[in-house]
Amino acid sequence: MALLDIEGLSVRFQTSSGLFAAVEGVNINVDRGEVWSIVGESGSGKSVSMLATMGLLPWTAQVTADKMAFDGQDLQQLSSRQRRRIVGGEMSMIFQEPMSSLNPCFTVGTQIDEMIKQHLGGSRKERHERALDLLAQVGIPDPARRIKAYPHQLSGGMSQRVMIAMAISCNPRLLIADEPTTALDVTIQAQILELLLRLQEDTGMALILITHDMGVVAETAKHVVVQYAGRQVEKQDVKSLFANPRHPYTEALLSALPERAGDQDRLPTIPGVVPGQHDRPTGCLFNPRCRYATEHCREVEPVAAPDDPARTLCHYPLEDGISPSPAAAARDNPQSSPHREVRP
Amino acid sequence: MFKFFLIKLAQLVPTFIGVTIVAFAFIRLLPGDPILLMAGERGISAERYAELKAQMGFDRSLVTQYFDFLKGLLHGDLGNSLVTHSPVMDEFMSRFPATLELSLFALAFAVIIGLPAGVLAAVKRGKTLDHTVMGVSLTGYSMPIFWWGLLLIMLFSSTLGWTPVSGRISFLYFIDSVTGFMTIDSLIAGDWGAFLSALHHLVLPAIVLGTIPLAVIARQTRSSMLEVLGEDYVRTARAKGLSNFRVIMVHTLRNALISVVTVIGLQVGLLLAGAILTETIFSWPGIGKWMIDAISRRDYPSVQGGLVLIAFIVMIVNLLVDIAYGVINPRIRH
Repeated sequence: MALLDIEGLSVRFQTSSGLFAAVEGVNINVDRGEVWSIVGESGSGKSVSMLATMGLLPWTAQVTADKMAFDGQDLQQLSSRQRRRIVGGEMSMIFQEPMSSLNPCFTVGTQIDEMIKQHLGGSRKERHERALDLLAQVGIPDPARRIKAYPHQLSGGMSQRVMIAMAISCNPRLLIADEPTTALDVTIQAQILELLLRLQEDTGMALILITHDMGVVAETAKHVVVQYAGRQVEKQDVKSLFANPRHPYTEALLSALPERAGDQDRLPTIPGVVPGQHDRPTGCLFNPRCRYATEHCREVEPVAAPDDPARTLCHYPLEDGISPSPAAAARDNPQSSPHREVRP
Repeated sequence: MFKFFLIKLAQLVPTFIGVTIVAFAFIRLLPGDPILLMAGERGISAERYAELKAQMGFDRSLVTQYFDFLKGLLHGDLGNSLVTHSPVMDEFMSRFPATLELSLFALAFAVIIGLPAGVLAAVKRGKTLDHTVMGVSLTGYSMPIFWWGLLLIMLFSSTLGWTPVSGRISFLYFIDSVTGFMTIDSLIAGDWGAFLSALHHLVLPAIVLGTIPLAVIARQTRSSMLEVLGEDYVRTARAKGLSNFRVIMVHTLRNALISVVTVIGLQVGLLLAGAILTETIFSWPGIGKWMIDAISRRDYPSVQGGLVLIAFIVMIVNLLVDIAYGVINPRIRH
């Protein structure tokens, strides 16, 4: 039985111009101790799907799922009290902006203590010891002094370490990290990722890393979910994803990696942006930006083939880096590599 | 924290000097003359006028008079009233507790009702409760004090006969003044009847005086809560699995209070101003009524002394608010 088992997750927001499906048909099944990654550009619904899992979306959000279970418990059936026991205790989350994610009015110690008190209990002294221990674990120098610090006295990297200490304080079995390094310096980014992976290994918890950086995915995850415009377009283990991306979007993301661009003097990009609420195309949502799109793609919404383990949401999934789409054959005549941008 | 306090205290000195100048100049800038007013319609001979003017010290230059006033002030001596000839300080102090009692009850009324109303409105945003709270508070805010006071007197005192029309306590009771607060003094005397009578007299003026601050506090609390509810750290608090009550009352309210406390502090100045009207309507024997009388008689020492004392109280309250601000908001303290 998977630790986190989500099938057909959809999140709709009630807006002034009707319902907007921010997330639709997302499936994730994370086993104990696994590291997963959810990738996609901004606006792909990565954060929203995980916030829905945690139950942190505002009341304007309508969350539905065929299945949404944590360790066999149906999250949709639980009372809010029962769910709060899981959220924070068994399943915790860290966020993109560490500087604004800590409450400015309370010391670091108080905020960690509150979490331990809520889920583990224990005497004041025990909780204090544990908080000190956690701060040391996440690599904060001089924990005895820092525990009395207020968030505004900490740097971004330090704040994220505190957030991590808080998130792991109750020995969660699943940690969701929502772009934990986006707001940080490059040098600090690497440190924080390293810390997360070390903690994951030490504690054996499962980790879901939300990111838009394929480089981070390659270094960290074992399994990858690729999302685009709220749809899950592909799900594979990391090795086969990098070797054989099935969805053209995945392929385009990968070819935008500097390491993969090779000797080209310009880095390939994906033209256009993720469609929002009002500019959703018909057919496949990716078709305006897809190099292989055909008339069929523009008219008919694709569904994943039942026998496809990657559940690729595409009419013409790539096979060994080659698209069976007629558009590819017609266009790519002189060029053999799909990673190469066609330039005049 | 102590250093923070000292800095705030030092900042009060120039403000206070400014206040003394304004208070001294204000009453002298008004047309009218205390001696002529005292003489009344019969008039006064030029010799007698000059004699009285010299006796009161108004024949000296304004600068000399000002520094005299300042010198007395530093010794705690505000001079004697031109009308009653008793020290201004004593006159003020004997009436101030009545105003303070009224203002405190008004403020308590405003905070006790306004704060929870604002929190509820924010939590139930867009619902009927929210619209009701905001509608009522806008009405309260727009209500002129004297009109609102008269309306309430007409309804509760005249028509329903629930509350007395004026005064601090029924004439049936005589309570020794210990603190100057009728409610506390009657409790010290152990006289329940007197205590209830004092409360009875206090309710309506306190509601009238507290209405505008109540509206301001409710609206400020609501908007401040709404702002904080959207903050990342509130989401973090929810992600910790805390109860909704704790998320709102601890994590959100604590941050929202920072701006609410500032607003409450500003209301104290308005309360003392509003007290002048309220005291006049309810014949409340406080400094508001006393100041009005002093101004109409051009009682220079009473007016300038009263103004300085009121300004001093407002400054002290704002100092306390600044300190409270530092306690609530750690970012200010460091």
